[in-house]
Amino acid sequence: MARAQKKIYKTETGERVHGMMAEFATPADLYHAAEKVRDAGYRHWDVYSPFPVHGMDEAMGNPPTKLPLLVGFMGLSGAGLGYLMQWWMNLDYPMVTQGKPYVAWQQFVPITFEVGVLLTAFTTLVGMLAFNRLPMWHHPLMKKERFLRVSDDRFVICVEARDPKFDPAATRALLEKAGATAIDLVEE
Amino acid sequence: MTTIHPDQLAAARLMGMGQPPESARAWDPVTGDGSLVDDPGARAPLVLGGRSFHDVTNIVCGYAENKPGKWWVPAFAVASSLAGVATVMILYLIITGVGTWGLNNQVGWAWDITNFVFWIGIGHAGTLISAILCLLKQKWRTSINRAAEAMTIFAVICAATYPGIHVGRAWFAWMMFPLPNSNAIWPNFRSPLLWDLFAVSTYGLVSLMFWYMGMIPDFATLRDRAALRLMKNPSGGQRVAPFLSLRADQVRAFVYGLLALGWRFSQRHWQNYEKAYLILAGISTPLVLSVHSIVSFDFATSVLPGWHTTIFPPYFVAGAIFGGFAMVMLLMIPARELFANMKDLITLRHLENMSKILLVTGMMVGFAYAMEFFIAWYGGNPYEWWVFINNRANPAKAPYWWAYWTMILCNVVSPQVFWVKACRTNPLVIWLVCLAVTVGMWFERFVIIVTSLHRAYLPGEWGMFYPTPVDILTFVGTIGIFTTLFLLFLRFLPVFAMSEIKNVLPEASPHHGHGSGGGHGRGA
Repeated sequence: MARAQKKIYKTETGERVHGMMAEFATPADLYHAAEKVRDAGYRHWDVYSPFPVHGMDEAMGNPPTKLPLLVGFMGLSGAGLGYLMQWWMNLDYPMVTQGKPYVAWQQFVPITFEVGVLLTAFTTLVGMLAFNRLPMWHHPLMKKERFLRVSDDRFVICVEARDPKFDPAATRALLEKAGATAIDLVEE
Repeated sequence: MTTIHPDQLAAARLMGMGQPPESARAWDPVTGDGSLVDDPGARAPLVLGGRSFHDVTNIVCGYAENKPGKWWVPAFAVASSLAGVATVMILYLIITGVGTWGLNNQVGWAWDITNFVFWIGIGHAGTLISAILCLLKQKWRTSINRAAEAMTIFAVICAATYPGIHVGRAWFAWMMFPLPNSNAIWPNFRSPLLWDLFAVSTYGLVSLMFWYMGMIPDFATLRDRAALRLMKNPSGGQRVAPFLSLRADQVRAFVYGLLALGWRFSQRHWQNYEKAYLILAGISTPLVLSVHSIVSFDFATSVLPGWHTTIFPPYFVAGAIFGGFAMVMLLMIPARELFANMKDLITLRHLENMSKILLVTGMMVGFAYAMEFFIAWYGGNPYEWWVFINNRANPAKAPYWWAYWTMILCNVVSPQVFWVKACRTNPLVIWLVCLAVTVGMWFERFVIIVTSLHRAYLPGEWGMFYPTPVDILTFVGTIGIFTTLFLLFLRFLPVFAMSEIKNVLPEASPHHGHGSGGGHGRGA
């Protein structure tokens, strides 16, 4: 299927544009601006805030994360592997102690549980980072002084230039109408 | 050092390096610092002094960026010297053998396992605060969870030392793990000691991951602040050392940046992050309950009178929470006095809440002590009854009666002062009770382990336990390791979860300033 040629936007100095970044004063302004950007039909955009603003996923229209599915699968696999490990090792090296049978599920419960928890926690952390494509130590936004203040107390929306609906004039107008206090072009 | 000109302070503050000024708070006879509101219609403020998001960033990052007070270096010198003593004692033990401890034929577990259970118990408060209070939506936890989690990790490090060195031939300690070896030997999975190994290792690793994940956004804040200062002033700022051209902010931007993994506060990231946090809280809750239950199995699955009781798992868990909360307050009450503006974040309300938890868990522990006694009598086992009366409680017959009654006095009697509101809102009183509780919880483990072992079924097996200087110095040394790590934490890491504290400020709500608030959004 033939696709329309992707437009490449450049700044006056000839650098590729990563996107357009708008700053908002409060979490409430950010929330309502996000609703407007969502309703305008953008797909490649994101909201940046020093803490997760309540209800922002709905305001952005994000689908629910698939992380719990992955974690649940890996946690159960971990518990299963923990059980199999004990079962096989106790038969591979049978030890006559305490009059206990070599294989009985009761004696395997604690370690089965612990190994399941360990794999769950590990998958949660690694899965969260992988879903977020982290670690990524550099990003075009990090060159912007204004953006670095997000980690303190600023609220930012960035619409990326690769979005098919991106248009320097129209996007700027939308963000201004949504109540942005400052708008910047972000270079790649 | 030299005196600081007031202009220097103002300049530092403008550079984002200084602390915001101390907030002027009026002392109210009813609400104390303003957080002790009893009106059910009014929400007690979680952060005092009308602090903004920016103030929270400045206060918390200020602890990691500025030099701490004059107390820090002497405190660190003492703590790290004690940590050095522990290292020397452990080396001496490994070179010489466990005979350097006061263990004997009868008492084969004494201070080593007492200290192990003591430290691992203290380690339970961190996960309780981060996980269980998170699931119960107790927003006040955000001011104390980071420090409590850090304390958990450090306590688990101290705890994990003991099982590794008490095995005698420490170079064989790897055999506890199911590692393939040329003898084709596997560990005995039917032993509670191996369950314990898996429980403690899992607990240590999961706590570490939980702690680190919580710090990722705060590392990013520290990174961005350093980067901003470098952007403004590439050649200025304080140097790492007078003879190096390297700037402290370059080191900060690099090290905190490395640890932050490129976190950029994106909502699409926050979505996965919040879900991951919830999953970790959900999985840590059964984990924290399982760990001390399994520790109690070390004792409960034996046939020794005094150990062989079914009440042990809940009794140990309640005791762990009790001892852990006491340690959190033992550390945070002095920190609150020593660091600027910390009283705005850890309010009297926080201390009061934690005192109430101490009172409840203290009574649970007291109930368990009473129930052990009752079952010893009601169960009709003469050996069990003997242990409780003649080994522990009766001053005329039991050689360790003083340990038993110290435990009762510290753990059951001392927290009763918290029935009085004036006591549970007075930091000094709370601190003293916490000190008593910490001592009492150490004695609890000593009573359980040593008094049960020192007189078994036959009088010919009876003997006393006397600690050697190596025993004592090893324990004092692990307190040094714990304190050293905690002081480094206070100096270099984000002591408060900034993103979480900002989230509980009233202006963080997307409906703030909208009057009645809207009906949209799940957080409404």
